[in-house]
Amino acid sequence: MPKYEAVIGLEVHLHLSTRTKAFCGCSTEFGKEANSQTCPVCLGLPGSLPVFNRTVLDYAIKVALALNCKVQEYTKFDRKNYFYPDLPKDYQISQYDLPLSLDGFLNIDTDAGLKRIGITRVHMEEDAGKLIHEDNASLVDFNRTGVPLLEIVSQPDISSPEEAYQYLSALKTVIEYLDVSDCDMEKGSLRCDANISLRLQGESSLGVKTELKNMNSFKGVKDALGYEIKRQSELLELGEILMQETRLWDVKELKTVSMRTKEGAKDYRYFPEPDLPPFIITALKIEEIRRAIPELPHEKIRRFVEFYGLLESDAKVLASSRKDALFAEECFNSYPGKDKKPIVNWFIGPLLAEANNRNLSISGLNISSAHLLELLGFLSRNEISNLAAKAVLSDMIDTAKSPEEIIKSKNLIQISDGGALKEIMEEVISENQKSVADYKSGKENALMFLVGQLMRKSQGKANPKIAKELLKERLNA
Amino acid sequence: MNKKLYSLSAHELDESLKNNAIKSEDICSALESRIKELDPKVNAYLKRPKEPLSGDAFVSTGIPVAIKDNICTKGFYTQCCSRILEGFIPPYDATVIKKIKESGHSCLKFKTNMDEFAFGSSTENSFSGPTRNPWNLSCVPGGSSGGSAAAVASDEAIWALGSDTGGSIRQPASFCGVVGLKPTYGRVSRFGLIAFASSLDQIGPITKDIYDSALLMNIISGYDPNDSTSINLPVPNYTKALGKDVKGFKVGIPKEYFVEGLDPEVKASVEEAINSLRKLGVDFKEVSLRHTEYAVPVYYIIATAEASSNLARFDGVQYGFRSKDVNLIDMYKKTRGEGFGEEAKRRIILGTFALSHGYYDAYYLRALKVRTLIKEDFDSLFKEFDCILTPTAPTAAFKVGEKVNDPLKMYLSDIYTISANLAGIPGISLPCGLTKHGMPIGLQILARHFEEEKIFSLAYAFEQNTEWHKLKPKLT
Repeated sequence: MPKYEAVIGLEVHLHLSTRTKAFCGCSTEFGKEANSQTCPVCLGLPGSLPVFNRTVLDYAIKVALALNCKVQEYTKFDRKNYFYPDLPKDYQISQYDLPLSLDGFLNIDTDAGLKRIGITRVHMEEDAGKLIHEDNASLVDFNRTGVPLLEIVSQPDISSPEEAYQYLSALKTVIEYLDVSDCDMEKGSLRCDANISLRLQGESSLGVKTELKNMNSFKGVKDALGYEIKRQSELLELGEILMQETRLWDVKELKTVSMRTKEGAKDYRYFPEPDLPPFIITALKIEEIRRAIPELPHEKIRRFVEFYGLLESDAKVLASSRKDALFAEECFNSYPGKDKKPIVNWFIGPLLAEANNRNLSISGLNISSAHLLELLGFLSRNEISNLAAKAVLSDMIDTAKSPEEIIKSKNLIQISDGGALKEIMEEVISENQKSVADYKSGKENALMFLVGQLMRKSQGKANPKIAKELLKERLNA
Repeated sequence: MNKKLYSLSAHELDESLKNNAIKSEDICSALESRIKELDPKVNAYLKRPKEPLSGDAFVSTGIPVAIKDNICTKGFYTQCCSRILEGFIPPYDATVIKKIKESGHSCLKFKTNMDEFAFGSSTENSFSGPTRNPWNLSCVPGGSSGGSAAAVASDEAIWALGSDTGGSIRQPASFCGVVGLKPTYGRVSRFGLIAFASSLDQIGPITKDIYDSALLMNIISGYDPNDSTSINLPVPNYTKALGKDVKGFKVGIPKEYFVEGLDPEVKASVEEAINSLRKLGVDFKEVSLRHTEYAVPVYYIIATAEASSNLARFDGVQYGFRSKDVNLIDMYKKTRGEGFGEEAKRRIILGTFALSHGYYDAYYLRALKVRTLIKEDFDSLFKEFDCILTPTAPTAAFKVGEKVNDPLKMYLSDIYTISANLAGIPGISLPCGLTKHGMPIGLQILARHFEEEKIFSLAYAFEQNTEWHKLKPKLT
């Protein structure tokens, strides 16, 4: 057991995928020409006033409820004051002492089983613009200014970089199920800062914390935390006293560098936003949104296990992506018969393998449930071999053709017709007299060798079961 | 006749326009020559830019309204009389400007002078120099809407818009002998009004008489989806409140407003006004607004706190004045150091302090609580009374330069007007007398939220039974 224990809390900023910005009618679309999606309000021009986009509230409540938070009846916006060129009003509309929701949790998988990570609060705010630094100047793109954000603050319940990774993955999956954000760290629609401190194992008081910023992937968060644990424990070993500071993750050098210490900490002078009256969220509204929340990952996993007989581990793999889970269920339901084992196995087996090989999700393979069922039909009727079926699947993904078309054009239908097989069988027998003799003298293995030879001669199209029966019959006669 | 068009009221001119006796251009040219003649002395307007701006921003229709320099006018300079907004041309019209245009009227080609960002009670804090009181050019016109009030008083404007955060419409109206109304908070859209203190600001009319005030209120009032603090209530036809019998009206006289510091001449005029209204059957009773003494300190915490945040955006990055410096932090510091005037800096520092960590609870939070108490004082009085009547300001207009170096003294000239902003209630100032030096005295009438009609009824009754509104300064 390591000498020190890490205490980690994560602060996630999430872009909500509303069509328009949080406080004006500008589009939130990503990747448009710089400053093309702006108006007097999001540019903070003198005299302009914010008007709250109520869809933001609906989305935010959805997330808060899915994270088991208590949505507050009375909430308001506050101004967070600080000067920065990407912030046109030089204050950010955010929430301070009366946030939208408090006190939730998210369960994650760890080696030791399920672990509950507390969520302190989920609140709404607006994003700032984007600075683009050139040699002699810095430019500002205000397209992102005013895009709605959720800030999701976890309790310091996370104890390792791996758990941090699990937390982010679980969070992303839930958000994807809710369909309120694309959670793309590269586009900046999901950002994560981390607070970490170390303490001796068994100690209950907290150590000096470091805030980590500038991680742009889940792996970056994990790596930065791993680096910090090493750095801080080395300093503690040397008997040094740590300083509270903010450090930036350098993805090229794979290390963190100090940005500012606590002395440079800012006073944001929060106060209630006078341009936006506080509002009441009724129990009716909360119930209405609660009802609209789709089945969440942990619920889906349980149902997949109970209803379709999946192993829990397999169900988790399928449920980790909402689209995959929806596709799987569509296929399961249209698969004829009560026993869903064959199609379930195909998802966990060949389909997942293809997805992994191609670095895609199962739904990203872009095959239809109808085609998949058609393919499994050929297999269950013994018209193609298992091996051939896998090859057909691969072709289906490459060409988007129907299984029937592929099977026909490649002539993959199994030879189950005794007459046709007998011809090949006679050839095999005459060419392998030694094995025939071995079998007859009691060596059972020789039979399987002969079946293999028969399969080879038929270019894999022989139905191995029938071939074996025929050979047995002929040699025992 | 044309030459004297400037001296008429809007409702008189409206009549002539409807009869086709005159054209809008006639009013404009009358005003232009009047401004040309008088404004070098009064300085009610900002100098017109050398290069006329393109576009149709100022097509003359109807009766042009003079607009305070903190209300955004599309395609035309809006600078809050501050160096930091030098050259700023808004790409949009404030909602009130849209409403004026939709009503068939237009805006004057000049913006009116004001205290920088509406910070002041004398219109001396302007990058364009002080405005003078038309009744005595050595006196201030009040502020911050001193340009609008002086323009209306000197017949350089028919009617005007001002903004009122702590008395900035009513106090200059009082000093200049005209009518100024601060509507209920939420009655008139603030969209396009460059914010001083968002929870206190309201745009309102400054006019020659009560009738015009009601007319202009009909035009600018109403819910605006672009202003989340505007209230969705139907707008009455305010002119219908004029001429209503005020017999039996119950009016409270708050004793806290008649204490030391109130000029005896002002007191005498207000008492005379009470007497003439009493003759019309109005019932008066002395009342108490217990928390009045806290209004000024509470106001200067809340208003400066909001202002410190509202004025943060003037940072030299996007628009307005930018001092040259390569380093970002120095650019911020120099831009704001050189761009803001003394009073603006004073208020930004005060407000920043009041919101700072460790002081917030003792100042800002406590001020919010006392603000609620002040509002409750009014709420309980209005259960019993139709209106409250007070002097608008403790004195008539003071001399230019008299209080400029004593901010506290200056702040106290709003002592009777500030409470209405803190409570969000409507208030009007109308002329009720002259001092022995011939300076106007103003009477303030306050009413419950959204009861501007009661104010209009009472004010109109007083005006129709007195001659004060007919007096004009002898400028020429």
